[in-house]
Amino acid sequence: MARLKAAEYRSQLSVVFILLAIIVLFIVGSPKAFLSGDIYAAFMSTIPFSMIMALSLTLVVITGEMDLSFPSIMGFCGYIFTVVFHASGSFPLALLTCIVVGLGAGFLNGLLIVKLRLPSLVLTIGTQFFWAGLTQVLCGGLGKTLVPTKQSILYYLFVGRIGGKLPAQILWAVLIGFIIWLVLNRHRFGAHIYFTGDNPASARVMGVNVDKVKMVVFTQMGGFAAFAGVLASIEVLYFWPTLGQGYLLKTIAAVFLGGTPVEGGVGTVFGTFIGAIIIGILEAGIIAMGMSGFWTQLVYGLIIVVSIAMHSLLRRKII
Amino acid sequence: MTVHDDALVKMVNIWKSFGHVEVLRGVNFAVKYNEIVGLLGDNGAGKSTLIKILTGVHHPDKGEIYWKGQKLVGYSVAKARDLGIETVFQERALSEQHTIWRNVFMGREITTPWGFIDIKKEREETERIMRQYMGFTSAALSVDSVVGTMSGGEKQGVAIARALHFQADLIILDEPTTGLSLSETQKVLSFVEEIKKNGKSAIFITHNIYHVYPVADRIVVLDRGRVVGEFEKATISLEKLVEKLYLVARTGKLENNQESAVSGIEEKPGQDFQSLMP
Repeated sequence: MARLKAAEYRSQLSVVFILLAIIVLFIVGSPKAFLSGDIYAAFMSTIPFSMIMALSLTLVVITGEMDLSFPSIMGFCGYIFTVVFHASGSFPLALLTCIVVGLGAGFLNGLLIVKLRLPSLVLTIGTQFFWAGLTQVLCGGLGKTLVPTKQSILYYLFVGRIGGKLPAQILWAVLIGFIIWLVLNRHRFGAHIYFTGDNPASARVMGVNVDKVKMVVFTQMGGFAAFAGVLASIEVLYFWPTLGQGYLLKTIAAVFLGGTPVEGGVGTVFGTFIGAIIIGILEAGIIAMGMSGFWTQLVYGLIIVVSIAMHSLLRRKII
Repeated sequence: MTVHDDALVKMVNIWKSFGHVEVLRGVNFAVKYNEIVGLLGDNGAGKSTLIKILTGVHHPDKGEIYWKGQKLVGYSVAKARDLGIETVFQERALSEQHTIWRNVFMGREITTPWGFIDIKKEREETERIMRQYMGFTSAALSVDSVVGTMSGGEKQGVAIARALHFQADLIILDEPTTGLSLSETQKVLSFVEEIKKNGKSAIFITHNIYHVYPVADRIVVLDRGRVVGEFEKATISLEKLVEKLYLVARTGKLENNQESAVSGIEEKPGQDFQSLMP
């Protein structure tokens, strides 16, 4: 068996193991909450927003870049969705506009990074403030109801409860995860994403259009952030002006937890998927176990440090 | 300087400056069909620039390039690749964290109409390529081996096999033995012999005459932007060649009674062909 594959599986297996260990710990600590289906239904309603963005961000990180602006793009696009929806009364039109704006914002990131050779970490700090600021300025700090979206079939398609229980958004997250996995592992473009992150100079001389790859990954990040913004707003039937805040570090943490290293070149969709679940269940679990919310961050910190250390050790074993 | 009419590639009177520095000063250089040419020269001799012009990275200020007798116009990196000029770079242009089969098809994936990679076919092809060009029998290596775990010589082998597979007519080896151990160097030299056996040509760029002599048909010596010597291997022994290189290094001349081959520029006797020596 290939050594890389073996290491990749070990790495993925270890994340699954961490997830199972956490769940077991929660079941022991709070059997009442964790042996009922309700808490899992709740997880499936809240996790998809950051999961979708984490899956998308995985591609950016594999190319060796970073995006810190997606939470603001999420918020701005939530605003665009709300405005267009109220103006036109059309859910599909609002959705389409919002996704296009998201793609545009992502494309702008990519364009500036590639054409002006700006470091993505720094540039996206800038665009992060820009989109968040623009949202605040435009909405004047006021939220807006989205209750009328319930009249559209799309509402039920995106965040309805299948069989009265299963949140539709988790299916969207799984579907998006599958598509991203397919592209990354089976499509030529996915191979180019890996090559770009591993060694851009080599990729270039072998005919990989590194600049185009980077532009596309930043663009898709914007699109998925917009989609997550719509889901998160219609889930609570309300657009709030600080939509997106609080997603940044958790989403990035999900990617790293899943085994994608910050240097890029490698990384898996499955790892991020599990990473997003771990991040998503921690907070509720800690509180359900009767510990105060103050513990949440401490536990986040521990889990993240332990898992990235583990991934790094596993990787060093092969190369 | 002779310009070969039976040449695969012919570079005629190539001039190139960067700012005020004249890096190439009227270089004539050619590679014949099925010929291995050793390109020797010290740092700053102009080897890299010459090769970058040949691969379309730089454009010459003056001069012409002929490929199979045709004059090239509007030359670019993409054009060079299309023609069948493939460079095996010093850093080998490999993606270290990925498998051999991924690397062999990097940038030239075998895909279905929708752009999905035919993984089975790529792996099978890689297996065949490795056997054919690398004598790939080592049990320790498979098409799924990660390139970063392989030795320097093996990596070079993958890069050369890849070039041969994609029907490159001319393979440029940029310092392929630098930093390799003796046994690894031997491996690389045997891969270079594969190029010749497959009827293709190669340019072997190096500092080290002892590495290139065994595999080269002809050796071209570049010094300070000019070709100062050109030797058919059949006509000169290694010892004689080394002697001449020392002479060039000391005096900038090939013969004791010859006019300086590098006249017109400031000569620095005693400078630097040291690194040509082992």
